[in-house]
Amino acid sequence: MKRLALQAGCIAITLFMAVPLYLIALAAFSSRESLNRFPLPLLPTDFSTETIQGFLGSTGVVPAAINSVMVGLSTVILALLIGVPAGYALARYAFRGKQPYQLFLLLTRALPIVVLSVPLARIFLASGLYDTTYAVTLLHTALALPTTVLITSAVFVAVSPEQEEAAQIFGASPLTAFVRVVMPQALPGIAAAAVFTFVMSWNEVLGASILTLNQRTLPAQVLATLSFSPLAYRFAGGFALVVPALVFIAIMRKYLLNMWGTTLR
Amino acid sequence: MTQRVNRRTLLAAVASTPLLAACGGVSTSGSGGEGSVDFLSTQFLPVEERQRFEKILADHVKTKVGFNPIDASVFATTVQSQVDAGQTKVSLLGGLHGDLAPQKDRLMDLDDLAKQLSDRQFPADLIELGKLGGGSLKYVPWMQATYLLAVNKAALQWLPSGADPQNLTYDQLLAWVTAGRQGNGGKPIFGFPGGPKGLNHRFFQGFLLPSFTGGQITTFRSPEAATAWQYMKELWAQTAPASTNYDFMQEPLERGEVMIGFDHVARLVNAPKSKPDDWLMVPAPKGPKGLGYMIVIAALAIPKGAPQADKAKEVIKALTTPSIQVEVLRANAFFPVAKAELPGDLPKPISLEAAGVKAQQSASSAIVSLPPVGLGAKDGEVAQIFKNCFKEICLDGKPVQAVLDDQAGKLNAILDQLKVACWKPDPAGSPCKAM
Amino acid sequence: MSPARRPILLIAPSLVFMTALFAWPLIVAIGQAFTGPGGPTTAHLERMIDDPYFWPAARNTALLIVVLIPVQFALALTMALLLRERPKFAGFYFYVWVVPLAISDLAAGLVWLAVFTDRGYLNSIFHTDYAYLSHEHPTTMFLAVIVAELWRATSLVFVIIVAGLQGVPKDYDEAAEVFGAGYVKRLRHVILPQLRPSLQVALILRTILALETFAVAQALTGRNLPLLVGETYQWYGFLQNPNVASAIALVILAVSLLAAFGYLRLMREAHR
Repeated sequence: MKRLALQAGCIAITLFMAVPLYLIALAAFSSRESLNRFPLPLLPTDFSTETIQGFLGSTGVVPAAINSVMVGLSTVILALLIGVPAGYALARYAFRGKQPYQLFLLLTRALPIVVLSVPLARIFLASGLYDTTYAVTLLHTALALPTTVLITSAVFVAVSPEQEEAAQIFGASPLTAFVRVVMPQALPGIAAAAVFTFVMSWNEVLGASILTLNQRTLPAQVLATLSFSPLAYRFAGGFALVVPALVFIAIMRKYLLNMWGTTLR
Repeated sequence: MTQRVNRRTLLAAVASTPLLAACGGVSTSGSGGEGSVDFLSTQFLPVEERQRFEKILADHVKTKVGFNPIDASVFATTVQSQVDAGQTKVSLLGGLHGDLAPQKDRLMDLDDLAKQLSDRQFPADLIELGKLGGGSLKYVPWMQATYLLAVNKAALQWLPSGADPQNLTYDQLLAWVTAGRQGNGGKPIFGFPGGPKGLNHRFFQGFLLPSFTGGQITTFRSPEAATAWQYMKELWAQTAPASTNYDFMQEPLERGEVMIGFDHVARLVNAPKSKPDDWLMVPAPKGPKGLGYMIVIAALAIPKGAPQADKAKEVIKALTTPSIQVEVLRANAFFPVAKAELPGDLPKPISLEAAGVKAQQSASSAIVSLPPVGLGAKDGEVAQIFKNCFKEICLDGKPVQAVLDDQAGKLNAILDQLKVACWKPDPAGSPCKAM
Repeated sequence: MSPARRPILLIAPSLVFMTALFAWPLIVAIGQAFTGPGGPTTAHLERMIDDPYFWPAARNTALLIVVLIPVQFALALTMALLLRERPKFAGFYFYVWVVPLAISDLAAGLVWLAVFTDRGYLNSIFHTDYAYLSHEHPTTMFLAVIVAELWRATSLVFVIIVAGLQGVPKDYDEAAEVFGAGYVKRLRHVILPQLRPSLQVALILRTILALETFAVAQALTGRNLPLLVGETYQWYGFLQNPNVASAIALVILAVSLLAAFGYLRLMREAHR
């Protein structure tokens, strides 16, 4: 009985999450005429790849996709390198300025980027990094740091300090203790931060638009124009943009679900 | 086991970073590259329009151009940050009058180029506009467009007797859509681009108010203006409420959500695409003072400090030649600004529009309106005043004269700061203000 | 490296990074809100307050937060707890429930627009003609935005809670069960307290992001449901007035900081 109720609940939520995805895919692969009909077809009766092909063939889509992947992966690596130690510090130590530091991190995320856009563009123009993927990586890392630091700190808190101390008593250096004892247990948190970072970077439009001209990322190249394009293109674009992020999540899923129900102590 | 996997993946990731870091990115603007002209544009954003325009550039313009259409606010940020920092990377700018006007101090003077283009025979009005209120020419006209009424022939059954769709008055339009709504089971047949990106403010500035009052700014709160807005209120009652979400009319028209729609020609052109014989494109209606209409200007400019200024000038010359102007019309429904003979083999929707545009321009009582001249960065705020009138009068139902007086006050506050001369259709004379 | 200096060294890279990138733009933005042609001024603030869209935008933003956040958290918690029971196909469910995370808000807006629009999927299924998104129906307009945002953003909270749940030892839970505690009691006294750090982080992040994102609301309702961030974009882009835009952005910032501060205070326990 309980099993049935459980499954029912899961299925209900799955339907809520999945149906809109199905609709994007459906609309992306429909012919343009079928999208003008009413009532809209709910089954793939008018299967057609013309809009997707048109979309993929438009200027700069493939290079932009490559740029986006590069930026996304670099951002994840950089954000983790800078953010994980900071998250650890927040979890383990109580130091002066801890709360101001947390608020400072959030402050930067709380201001809409549009208002910062002109000074930001000028910083990158002055440093010669304008119109490179490095610029976008740096910006995206800065945008991802608050999430990374805060999530990893929440997860580090859950890992008991005693284990680390025990490892150090047995001769490990603090760094080794961290890498071999703490990190594996904190992996779900780190994986979560990595997923958010990649997805955020992949979908980020405004920052990438103002920092690049000819080396654009996919959203900067395409997403911004979606609202001006015909309905069919909007769905094709929306769908094409989802796929790589889906792949990334599929890969990271394993780490998120690490250690389901294992006893930790 | 898990630890080993972690370490291996970690190592692989860290090792590949130098590889990623070695590339600064892959170019995304087609024929970009060394020595090409970076063309930043707010026009031709939609994918298909962009592709067609790029084809025209590739086939007909000798200079290599990297075409970069972007959103208007990113356009402003890009131009502003680059020119102010002294690090201009783009060489050619293309945008609507409202996109270029705020940047007037960041644009190069183009008087010498204008002399070389005297054979294009641009209308004198447009050259005047191109000075952006100053002394020298800041932009060269690129294309123009206007607004028309698109009519699905199925709506003709409710046309009031004696009315000619090519020669409507506003009152006839109101009677038509009222009858249409009743005949359509209470569902409105008229649509209007009232969405956030809709150009409805140009309708009020250039069509409704001049037709009723003969002016745009000076007559802002005159009794005739009150009549105009009262009319708009009645028209709105017969308009599809979803219009506040319509940015472009062509899709609602194509889908059959509405049958008569008023919009920019480039935003109407797809409606007749599948069944051109079902559609008419007619001039805007006449009001008591005449047929007020506004032209939408897209223009080309060169930012200060542009790296490829000379090549950009070559591109401007090419884009303003009559043959290319006709190609752009054929592809994207923007009309030529240079004197050009329209060929007979235009696609049906375009020739429908061309006929409507011609009828509108040659109407006997035509009152031409220009978009505001010399407002610079305040162009948007002035436009917002007209949008606010619409919101408060039609959507919120506030009393007409009170709203007009209130908004006139705000309008004058802006205009008093700028001290600019009035533009068409208001009589020239400064400083311009609402009387 | 003395233990006392260690935390500072650990957070130093992030501090340097953020300062180098954001400090100056932040100062410029704050400056823009308060300077006019004649020096420091509150004229922009006054302009902002006078604008007919500002107070509706503030009210709508507040309403959205107050309604959306609790519902999202309840849903995310339910989802996480459901999976914790390890039903069959848990892996598949997990993947589908995380997928909306990958969807950009522009794309999410498109999908839900297609569902709610006059001739969209919702009306198609029921063969009705109801204008869900019309400004004449403010309730359904608001509800549509809530549903769309619920769909799009609950995954964020869900993933954080799941990551946090990993650290909750099953021993305590099982012990409590052995001693006869019912599910609700176990939830309140064993699981939730252990989740506190994750919940805190999720709350802060989600509130700040909720105050920020508006793309879905704009896709669905245009300017019929004004929101603070939408107004920022409007003043910056269409109205070409970066000063008032900065003023509104500062309002958003202030509210976010207040919320974050509030959460940090509220959830501060013996744990940290």
